[in-house]
Amino acid sequence: MGNDSTRIAAIADKHRSRPGATLPILHDIQAEYGYIPDEAVPIVAETLNLSRAEIHGVITFYADFRTTPPGRHIVQVCRGEACQAKGGEALEEHAKKKLGVDFHETTADQNVTLEPVFCLGNCGCSPSVRVGDEILGRVDAERFNELLDELRGKEQR
Amino acid sequence: MIANESYKVYVPCDTTAASVGADRVAGRLIDEAQQRGISLQIVRNGSRGMFWLEPLVEVVTEQGRVAYGPVRPADVASLFEADFLRGGSHALQLGLTSEIPYLKNQERLTFARVGLIDPLSISDYEAYGGFVGLRKAIDMPPNGIVAAVKGSGLRGRGGAAFPTGIKWQTVLDTAADQKYIVCNADEGDSGTFADRMLMEGDPYCLIEGMIIAGLGVGATIGYIYLRSEYPRCWTILNEAIAYARAANFLGENILGSGRHFELEVRLGAGAYICGEETALLESLEGKRGEVRAKPPLPAVSGLFGKPTVVNNVITLASVPIILSCGPEFYHDYGLGRSRGTLTLQLAGNIKYPGLIEKAFGMTLKELLYDYGGGSASGRPIRAVQAGGPLGAYVPAKDFDMPIDYEAFMERGAMVGHGGIVAFDDSVDMLKMARFAMEFCVEESCGKCTPCRIGSVRGVEVIDKIAAGKERSEKVEGFGGLWGTMKDGFLCAMGGMTPFPVVSALKHFPEDFGLGPNE
Repeated sequence: MGNDSTRIAAIADKHRSRPGATLPILHDIQAEYGYIPDEAVPIVAETLNLSRAEIHGVITFYADFRTTPPGRHIVQVCRGEACQAKGGEALEEHAKKKLGVDFHETTADQNVTLEPVFCLGNCGCSPSVRVGDEILGRVDAERFNELLDELRGKEQR
Repeated sequence: MIANESYKVYVPCDTTAASVGADRVAGRLIDEAQQRGISLQIVRNGSRGMFWLEPLVEVVTEQGRVAYGPVRPADVASLFEADFLRGGSHALQLGLTSEIPYLKNQERLTFARVGLIDPLSISDYEAYGGFVGLRKAIDMPPNGIVAAVKGSGLRGRGGAAFPTGIKWQTVLDTAADQKYIVCNADEGDSGTFADRMLMEGDPYCLIEGMIIAGLGVGATIGYIYLRSEYPRCWTILNEAIAYARAANFLGENILGSGRHFELEVRLGAGAYICGEETALLESLEGKRGEVRAKPPLPAVSGLFGKPTVVNNVITLASVPIILSCGPEFYHDYGLGRSRGTLTLQLAGNIKYPGLIEKAFGMTLKELLYDYGGGSASGRPIRAVQAGGPLGAYVPAKDFDMPIDYEAFMERGAMVGHGGIVAFDDSVDMLKMARFAMEFCVEESCGKCTPCRIGSVRGVEVIDKIAAGKERSEKVEGFGGLWGTMKDGFLCAMGGMTPFPVVSALKHFPEDFGLGPNE
């Protein structure tokens, strides 16, 4: 705990003098932990001389910031209209069924968190899926299954 | 002689090209060349914007750049066998890239360099006319720069189509100790990717446009507010800014002019509403992205309460050519009050999706059939959604209308950021209408009640229509809801969300179980 507080404080401190530093700090904390731990809220608030309510308000406003640890991989399925025009809805259903989870949920083995996303800007090769910083285009059920195999590692085949 | 020869091959680093395997193709090319003892230089360019051909590999030959695509990693060995490095024939060979009609028939001004150059090479950028506009602007008085942008007729390409020069004039005329240039790179509309392509394929063009804007209005700090869904843009922009700073295009005393301009990229966090300029400013200030009431206009009191230019990526990236070739040059493209070129993005159920930059005035039909080749499924195109998730659905009978701001507005549609998403006749318009309302439920910032609550009610009303309960009455009720949302909002989100729904109801009543006159 104490160790984490020091790390979080160091991250926050790095951005202290930047105008409007809240988002850059929260992004860095999430990059480090995978989510925003509760204990970060008072630390960020104090660093920026803001109230805890204000920091909490920012964290809960933005879809990117999560307050619980995600699975090892975050898989985002695009729900934009351009993806829907090419079978995106069927892909959403397939993803949910295959993983046995709904959007915003994590598989029991903690491997995959499934999220919706509204447009990855890959509309020319829809439907699209994002895993980490990788974006995949022309994804059908088969390609999605291959992706899950890759994420699970080859040993389980 | 052959052993010493070095070949130059272009493989795009663009998100879409990579999403269908361009990185793996580049890797295979390197391995295969090594095995064959061939010296190969691979340049990772932007995309040419012909997405059905991605990954598009280009080889530099004496005749020009020869294209091959779509190339899969498994095709690489056969390309070498076919002597593709000298433009050899192969099933995937497409001839000279510049002669492909899709590309050849375009009028690329803002996208002139995208796909042509190494995005991070300043010498490439300058070899193709880069920084000419900036060098001219440095010798001009601020009023002259603003006058040039006004004279070009450029209007905001983000969607609102407000005259850019007038916005700049307001910022220039407002006295302040600090002013800002903010680039809105929160390209959230589904079916749009022009901003992304430009930032990945020609980032210095945006940077140059922002510096010129700074010189024009007297701003010394710029921010690019980038959506977090664009990880490749984040990397490329940050590298480009570092190189531009090292070459003294950014920072103190730019090119010895005594002027300075600092630039930084800030990452959004997955909120569509932050593409609305005042919500974007709130977010940049580190707050929840809730919209502000206007006035005051951001041009008078924007970021941190200071006069701020907020422009879209394509708007700012159109500025360098206006300065380098002159406002008349740009103004000569287009028609009526829509001057210059529009970067259209063709997506969804379409055979040839991609980016098409043309002067205003092409009809939807030309775009969908001459460029797009009809639907990908081979079935008739039933409707297109123009201008993003808040844009109207346009039925096939209206495909003859020219693509310009005013013509679209006359028919209750909007050009917006230029995204056109095609749907074939398997589309269920009631579902699409419901999705538009559901999207608003998800993405409303919550500040205005008609938008926050109205969107939830909208979903309920559509569900009731779907269930067949008192259809006509519900549709009428929806009219009242629409009125409330349209009148009781601060930003376009609440005011425009009913557009896709109302257009779907109007043009496709049969999908709602209604007769044509109900």
